[in-house]
Amino acid sequence: MSEGEGQATGTVASRLSGYLRGGGIITPLLTALIAFIIGGLVVALTGHNPFTTYKAIFDGSGLNWIFPWITKDDRTTAALNLQQTLIGMTPLILTGMAVAYAFRAGLFNIGGQGQYFAGLYIGVWVGSSFHGLPGVLHILLAVVLGTLAGALWGGIAGLLKATTGANEVITTIMLNYVALWVGVWAFGLGGPLHNAHEKSSPISNSVVKSAQLPVFWGDPELQGLHIGIFVALAALLVFWVLLNRSVAGYEARAVGFNPDAAEYGGIHAGRTYTKVMLTCGAFAGLAGVLDMLGWQHAVATNDIQNAGAVGAGFIGIAVALLGRNTAGGVLVSSLLFGALINGTSVRNLDPAVFPPELAGNLTLIIQGLIVLLVSAPVIVTALYRLRPRRARGEEDAPA
Amino acid sequence: VSRDTERPVLAGWGAVVLALLAFWLALPPVLVRSPVPSLVLALAAAGLGAWAAREGQRRLGWAAVVLAILCAIGALAATRSGQGNLENVVVWSALAAAMLRFATPLVFAALGGVVSERSGVVNIGLEGMMLVGAFFGIYGADLTGSWVGGLLLGMLAGGVLALVHAFFAISLRADQIVSGFAINFLALGLTGYLFLQHYGDNGTPEGLPQVPDVSLPIDWIPFFGPALDKLNLLVWVALLLVFGVWLFVFRTPAGLRLRSVGENPRAAATVGISVYKVRYLAVIASGVLAAMGGAFLSIGFVHSFNQNMTAGRGFIALAVVIVGKWRPVAALAAALLFGFSQALAQRLPVFSESSATLLQALPYVVTLIAVAGLVGRSVPPAADGVPYAKE
Repeated sequence: MSEGEGQATGTVASRLSGYLRGGGIITPLLTALIAFIIGGLVVALTGHNPFTTYKAIFDGSGLNWIFPWITKDDRTTAALNLQQTLIGMTPLILTGMAVAYAFRAGLFNIGGQGQYFAGLYIGVWVGSSFHGLPGVLHILLAVVLGTLAGALWGGIAGLLKATTGANEVITTIMLNYVALWVGVWAFGLGGPLHNAHEKSSPISNSVVKSAQLPVFWGDPELQGLHIGIFVALAALLVFWVLLNRSVAGYEARAVGFNPDAAEYGGIHAGRTYTKVMLTCGAFAGLAGVLDMLGWQHAVATNDIQNAGAVGAGFIGIAVALLGRNTAGGVLVSSLLFGALINGTSVRNLDPAVFPPELAGNLTLIIQGLIVLLVSAPVIVTALYRLRPRRARGEEDAPA
Repeated sequence: VSRDTERPVLAGWGAVVLALLAFWLALPPVLVRSPVPSLVLALAAAGLGAWAAREGQRRLGWAAVVLAILCAIGALAATRSGQGNLENVVVWSALAAAMLRFATPLVFAALGGVVSERSGVVNIGLEGMMLVGAFFGIYGADLTGSWVGGLLLGMLAGGVLALVHAFFAISLRADQIVSGFAINFLALGLTGYLFLQHYGDNGTPEGLPQVPDVSLPIDWIPFFGPALDKLNLLVWVALLLVFGVWLFVFRTPAGLRLRSVGENPRAAATVGISVYKVRYLAVIASGVLAAMGGAFLSIGFVHSFNQNMTAGRGFIALAVVIVGKWRPVAALAAALLFGFSQALAQRLPVFSESSATLLQALPYVVTLIAVAGLVGRSVPPAADGVPYAKE
């Protein structure tokens, strides 16, 4: 939050550089493991069995589907659960990238949730209007406009940073809440996008059948897995290419590493900030559209208010940090968080083993611990030193 | 200040007063039912503001012009709406009392933010610290059977959570924004977990001890009587703390040390100040203060606890710190402004539910404008957010 962000120690990205540079997957694995162990202690201290609890969460996530010995009814249940996990993972891939790309440019995008909202709102508006448009066109229109809306919402923070130096942490937090209240206003009673047939409940119109994303695994009536996950995976590929094989990504990384040196090398830091935030917003906006067209189909204002603290945009921060802001890392950690959230949901966790309401909060604790552990380079470096000797490199230099 | 700059400044502020007067005329108790006087006044205000802008006071002048336009629209709307509705919504004393009530949690948490950031540690975790204060406040009141016990346990919980943030941010030199963000997640999960574990689906029981209201023998004074007569004790504590924190930060040697650590820790260390100690104390104090704001919510205002009951108030407090430019008294002014907008939002549904909702976004928009430097740039302490490494 300092004005002196010019020096290399100033940006979030450079302060976390020890963590970012460290190769391998040992550090994130250990980080997650420690968080799960502490979470298990909380479970044990409050009089429950952590082992059966984690087993039930694992089964609830449907990840047991991969085991060939799960058969018959168990397999059907596992398939249903896994579909939900992958539905939950889809927006996390995208919001994870929305945070990760900003991090690589030295920006901390806390605004993934607001950008997600922008995509969600435009998605439901387009999806529930323009009746009679052919399905494919309708979906394309919603996806393109929703992505643009997210990009615009993120771009505001980038533009403010570029033109006035306004700290992106503060602007993105504020933009989250502006987006939240605009949604509560627009879809609430008396709002311009409120569903006129619902006199007493504050909810939007529903996305028309033809504009809903097709389901390719499971029953469409039982919220099967929609094709949005392929879009998210394709976006992940775009992210990798953008970051590692494009001029824009090179400039973003250069500015993230040292904005002054990048300027000296002919890169316009301000313009890069704006472009990066537009891109991040586009990822998060896309997440919102896919959720809307894929499974939500309508949004109630209390859903918006609940997401104000624990929505996909916020979990994206944990996803990006644990995934060390790389494409592969985001993929793995979005699966982890998708599974964790789904495995602890009221719908999927066996209440005989552990109360699901408690488990949902356990998930938040584990997320918080992971982010907390990642925040401290000293811990990360210490964990990193546990790696086999031959694999160690320059990371031993003082942070 | 020379006379050349003095007159446009006077004109600018005069324009602000005229604009507000234009709106005030159309509201109770004056309630002029014709829009003409208000519009004439607003026009005069706009002209005066434009003149001030032309004479060099650009920010103030244009702000006055914008305000004049808004007040003209407001006055026009007021003259066109029903007299009964207006008298229902615009009860100045009730609005003032509600403003103070809504501002109080913001004031506590924002004072915490001021203390912490003055020492150079950004505290995004204010929201989480408020939340633990709210939960342990009510849990403590339940446990000890007294609101004092509740308040103390809440403050202790806020201090302990702040200690976690301090340990990561100061000793481990963690990124302060990331660790503060983690604190929010942790607090949300922890309070939700403990709340459901202890109280289940029924919620907190009725009839728990409450922080008492302070009854003053002033109810015969117009406006001030009904506005200030029955406020919660913690509202007064918050107002006193604003003065106390100002006194501490700007008028005591310890406050000077605090500010020096936040502006230039290296220089502070060379004159023998322990940077770590000052920062630890400041962060813990910020957690205790934020938790008092949370405890006010649960055992002073709403009389119950719910999951995520702070609902973003910690972030509004962060906004208050920034709009208040890291100063306690200016922060109070910002908190009162945001409190007033919430008080108004509570009463506006008489006219329209949706416009009341939109008003909730006001604090965030104001903060965006403030950090962008459109109206008086907010500049944080120089070393705010930068971890300090001992030599």
